[in-house]
Amino acid sequence: MIAVEVTDVARRFGNVRALDGVDLAVAEGEFFGLLGPNGAGKTTLISILAGLTRADRGSARILGFDVINDYRNARRNLGVVPQELVFDPFFTVRETLEMQSGYFGLRRNGAWIDEILHHLDLTGKANANMRSLSGGMKRRVLVGQALVHKPPVIVLDEPTAGVDVELRQSLWGFIRKLNRDGHTIILTTHYLEEAEALCGRIAMLKAGRVVALDTTQNLLAQFAGLTVRLVAQRVPAAWAARVVRREGSLFYIGLDGYAELESLLAALREDGIAIDEFALAETDLEQVFLRIMRAPEGVPA
Amino acid sequence: MSRHVGHGWTTLLYKELLRFWKVSFQTVAAPILSALMYLLIFAHVLEGRVSVYDGRVSYTAFLVPGLVMMALLQNAFANSSSSLIQSKITGNLIFVLLPPLSALDLFAAYVLGAVVRGLVVGLGVFVVTLVFDPSLIHMPHPLWAVAFAFSGSVILGTMGLIAGIWADKFDQLAAFQNFVIMPLTFLSGVFYSIHSLPPFWQAMSHLNPFFYMIDGFRYGFFGVSDVPPLTSFPIVVAFCIILSAAALLMLSRGWKLRQ
Repeated sequence: MIAVEVTDVARRFGNVRALDGVDLAVAEGEFFGLLGPNGAGKTTLISILAGLTRADRGSARILGFDVINDYRNARRNLGVVPQELVFDPFFTVRETLEMQSGYFGLRRNGAWIDEILHHLDLTGKANANMRSLSGGMKRRVLVGQALVHKPPVIVLDEPTAGVDVELRQSLWGFIRKLNRDGHTIILTTHYLEEAEALCGRIAMLKAGRVVALDTTQNLLAQFAGLTVRLVAQRVPAAWAARVVRREGSLFYIGLDGYAELESLLAALREDGIAIDEFALAETDLEQVFLRIMRAPEGVPA
Repeated sequence: MSRHVGHGWTTLLYKELLRFWKVSFQTVAAPILSALMYLLIFAHVLEGRVSVYDGRVSYTAFLVPGLVMMALLQNAFANSSSSLIQSKITGNLIFVLLPPLSALDLFAAYVLGAVVRGLVVGLGVFVVTLVFDPSLIHMPHPLWAVAFAFSGSVILGTMGLIAGIWADKFDQLAAFQNFVIMPLTFLSGVFYSIHSLPPFWQAMSHLNPFFYMIDGFRYGFFGVSDVPPLTSFPIVVAFCIILSAAALLMLSRGWKLRQ
């Protein structure tokens, strides 16, 4: 069964093409990552799934239910953690969750709400007003609100932005458990190491198009190789195109293997470039991401 | 855990009620006090100087239903409009946009929430004014009063819903309130019988739907009105239907709510 199916979805905002013909299919039980730089269209795509935004073209389905024509069933099966840290200042944590449960037509949902509070470490704050919570706690309440109707498909739009490390770990522990219990998870995040550790499959969006779509393993394998972290005044001219990222005098250079290492060192010596710092690392998702985003046509051949 | 049809919108209605009830000092007590101020000042200054319904009703007694209705209408409008604009600006409107609530669900919850606030405030004003004129309790046609109070609060609750959907900022909402709601209320005969107006303004008053609400409501109190209730009530109901249809269309299109 396909949990989320997006077919040829396009959406414009004025002159900006937020989404430009996106096709995606996420199977039930997957832990799926949606990555891309700011403005790539991730949030627009999520908003279309949630019925918050309408596509100009194409269709989207949640467990086979069209998000427009069969919105009641689509929304019942979908839980969304929005990116913005929003809350209703009139209510307590428990009232917020009970209210959200009620909007989905659910009564006597106290046991599950207690469980959510427990897993999100909010039991002690159940009767505290939303206004009095820290940012990280408000974020967890948003996660709780998305789960209150036990949706089979859960979409998290940057759920760990502004959440401290310890909490992030416990949040991921909970999300992983939900995934093991059969929930389909779709995640957007700016922390690529999180995506690498959690997601089985990843789609990368750039300017409203899918530029890479594969299992995390394959994406990493595709760019198997090394990354050199070099601190120097400059890099040899012949190697300029291999610089993946630059931060002042810190260069990240992609290598295909150890064999290339020697030629890089030789070029540095030839040009008389002094090396201030030099380190080697296996390619991680961040390097893959940067290479894909730099490529003019998406995935390099 | 069990799913119930109809529990979704009733939860939203409950939220709307809880929202104003939690700050009832500001949403109920304050408007009752201001209505009382109008009564004290206008009744004191104008009693005996203004003749209404050919002197059959004292000015103070005449003023009471007008003030009750004015408070009721303004608060019905305030409830739905302020709830929506606050939710839009703080972003928490997303909590009611994500669940499977239909346009009718949203309409029913926001408008009935406004109706309850309007009726509570109106009743509060009425009870307090009874201190000044206990004889007002003897209404010849209480059902007419209830019918106009209810339909009036539905109309203003719906107008608040439309204004709340339309407005992007608080000042736009304030403009709607100051340039549409206030003139229509003040020029509807809250403080005077339109028979005391020059013919041109009498005719103009007949174009104001608020006039029929207040006039019909007053009929319930005195059995006397500028227009017979069998004429004014259908006009009020027609106005109610047109506004509700407009609001439902806006909600089902997702205008300004879903991009």
